[in-house]
Amino acid sequence: MRIESIQDLEKLRKTLLAKTDPTKTRIRICAGTGCRACGSEEVIEAFNKEIVGQGISADVEIKATGCHGFCERGTLIVLYPEGILYQMVKPEDVPEILKVTVGGKEIIERLLYVDPVSGERITYEKDIPFYKSQRRTLLGMNPSIDPTEIDDYIALGGYRAAAKALTEMTPEEVVAEVKESGLRGRGGGGFPTGEKWETCRNAPGDARYVICNADEGDPGAYMDRSLLEGNPHSVLEGMIIGAYAIGANEGYIYVRNEYPLAVEHAKRAIEQATKYGLLGADIFSSAFELDVKIARGGGAFICGESSALMTSLEGKPGRPRAKYIHTVERGLWERPTNLNNVETWANVPLIIEKGAAWYRRTGTEGSKGTKIFSLVGKINNTGLVEVPMGMPLREIVYGIGGGVPAGKKLKAVQTGGPSGGCLPESLIDLPVDFDQLTKVGSMMGSGGMIIMDENTCMVDVARYFLNFLKDESCGKCLPCREGIKRMLEILNRICEGKGEEGDVELLTKIAYTVQETSLCALGGSAPNPLLTTLRYFGEEYTAHVRDKKCPAGICKDLIIYTIHEDKCNGCGACVKACPNKAIAGEKKKPHRIEVAKCIKCGICSETCRQQAIAAA
Amino acid sequence: MQLDNLDNVIGVHGNDSSQLIGILQDVQKEYNYLPLVAMMQVSEKLKVPFSRLYSIATFFKAFSLQPRGRHIITVCLGTACHVRKAPRIVDEISRSLGIRAGETTPDRIFTLETVNCLGTCALGPVAVVDGKYFGNLTVKKIGALLKRYEKE
Repeated sequence: MRIESIQDLEKLRKTLLAKTDPTKTRIRICAGTGCRACGSEEVIEAFNKEIVGQGISADVEIKATGCHGFCERGTLIVLYPEGILYQMVKPEDVPEILKVTVGGKEIIERLLYVDPVSGERITYEKDIPFYKSQRRTLLGMNPSIDPTEIDDYIALGGYRAAAKALTEMTPEEVVAEVKESGLRGRGGGGFPTGEKWETCRNAPGDARYVICNADEGDPGAYMDRSLLEGNPHSVLEGMIIGAYAIGANEGYIYVRNEYPLAVEHAKRAIEQATKYGLLGADIFSSAFELDVKIARGGGAFICGESSALMTSLEGKPGRPRAKYIHTVERGLWERPTNLNNVETWANVPLIIEKGAAWYRRTGTEGSKGTKIFSLVGKINNTGLVEVPMGMPLREIVYGIGGGVPAGKKLKAVQTGGPSGGCLPESLIDLPVDFDQLTKVGSMMGSGGMIIMDENTCMVDVARYFLNFLKDESCGKCLPCREGIKRMLEILNRICEGKGEEGDVELLTKIAYTVQETSLCALGGSAPNPLLTTLRYFGEEYTAHVRDKKCPAGICKDLIIYTIHEDKCNGCGACVKACPNKAIAGEKKKPHRIEVAKCIKCGICSETCRQQAIAAA
Repeated sequence: MQLDNLDNVIGVHGNDSSQLIGILQDVQKEYNYLPLVAMMQVSEKLKVPFSRLYSIATFFKAFSLQPRGRHIITVCLGTACHVRKAPRIVDEISRSLGIRAGETTPDRIFTLETVNCLGTCALGPVAVVDGKYFGNLTVKKIGALLKRYEKE
């Protein structure tokens, strides 16, 4: 069936809605990559089997959905209409859920979420602190739809914005609306999206392209995957609207090959949209046509950079070029090309449907709308959080994230991936938006937010990012290729206890040179993690260089493992566990580690129940 | 080596040379690595210079020109996993198998690889063995994990 008009779309939506039975219990099971890794596929299978077994197919409807966001607690399931959330569900819990909660309308206490702060069990999804302060305008649909079913998206009003843009607005009006909304690119740069579209639209040339950048390479960030995986049609709809505004008839989704599920779902979404006539020729009888193809990346971080991504799309190694001429004027195959990130595209249908004025109501002066962060690392509630721009860091880390586990102290918040920086605890009241983060030396990036506690060594973190970038530098320009390597060598020395006076000054000098002279943004921002850790955690560098100590107990060459005699009860567990036979001692008497034999793997410390073994 | 299937692999992409990366990925999926003969065949079929294929195969991390092991262990080294001590996990696997990241054991049972981020940060530190995820790893769990796959 083809959808020819806005009326057709509305008719289909009503038919779909009429088919849903409101008296049925609707069980939504998260089947995002995180929950799948926790075994959600087995849970789904158990539900399917058990529902048939108990003969209750008429009363229950189950759906495997996209990522719900609260990845810490997978497998997540929500039972509607009540909105009961069960966490860490295992296949063996399924029969009980169906009998007790669906059949008997009673709650199973053991599967409820326990608030680590108050110790209370929370029954409903909406009451859980992790969800309460969020504004899930982009992620909100994920738990209600099956991402492999276009009808689910349409039933919730999907493709209405595209219909409106294509049938009621001129391309210029669409550009103006997006400009007016204040939407800025969510991939890292923060460039105003409407302006980008306008430049691309006005660039000379016959054919032009739109690209969705789903080469989410920042380590610790996975919001783009969850969107493309959990709600691919929202991204596709954004691309249709954008392509119409710009005048492009071909589009690409460039997605990381490490995200097989996102690739699969995007592929299906394109097939289904094409079947309905939402892609292809004469979309909504407007004479506008668009074809979208999928291209998979090859595991190169640099391909998240626009010109490198386009080179790679042309079937060549993905190296960037200097951008005297921007890609919006000459990009893919030398033609005007508009590239936006997944999250940026997903914002577009909302702006068109609800209007720029509505969109502008959320956010700060310079950053409008919401932003999805992946809150990860040493945090109680790991997951994806979507909040209005400008929310203070404190609210995100403590209010939503529930703070640092095991009573440890917060040390730093890392934002912006390898291009960003580490913010100290003293900046915890910073309102988070594009401009504020840049002001303090970091950046928004794509939205990774990695929480670090007192057991994280900041010198090691700087080293980690430089090591990452050393591998990912494409090697085209010298400052990035050589500069990163030299900085890494110095940091390696420092972490091995061979730091010398003057190292920090030399590091700073190289850092600024690399920043100023690199060809593309990878090199230009590569020194950020180093510079921010030097700026905010200078004393840790001093401890490594001067005192040859790693205060966090991470750098192997600067620590020794010792057994605390008062705590050791001589159980012998560590003796058995040590792979290098470095521990000895009589039974029931304090043991000792032979320093020369110790390979510092840390197994003993993990094994000890008395917590008698520590690195210092 | 039998490469009958190669034409099909290329055909899926419509013999389109702009899909080179995708084609090579599918070739690798078929053979577990990029055999020289396969790359030469792709080069001939698509009329693309072999040097260009070679430059792609060596530029992108996803490709291997060496045969890989029966089990591929991929340890995530994303930032979230890093702060949860993922490097110790790599060290321990390395030590147990006697190979470094990127290498294959002489008996071709295991290949050890690392990846920048898998986006399953809640489970960190995490490793994937043949597509199956193992989360919240500790150094102590490694021995049993390897033993389990050694026999398969």
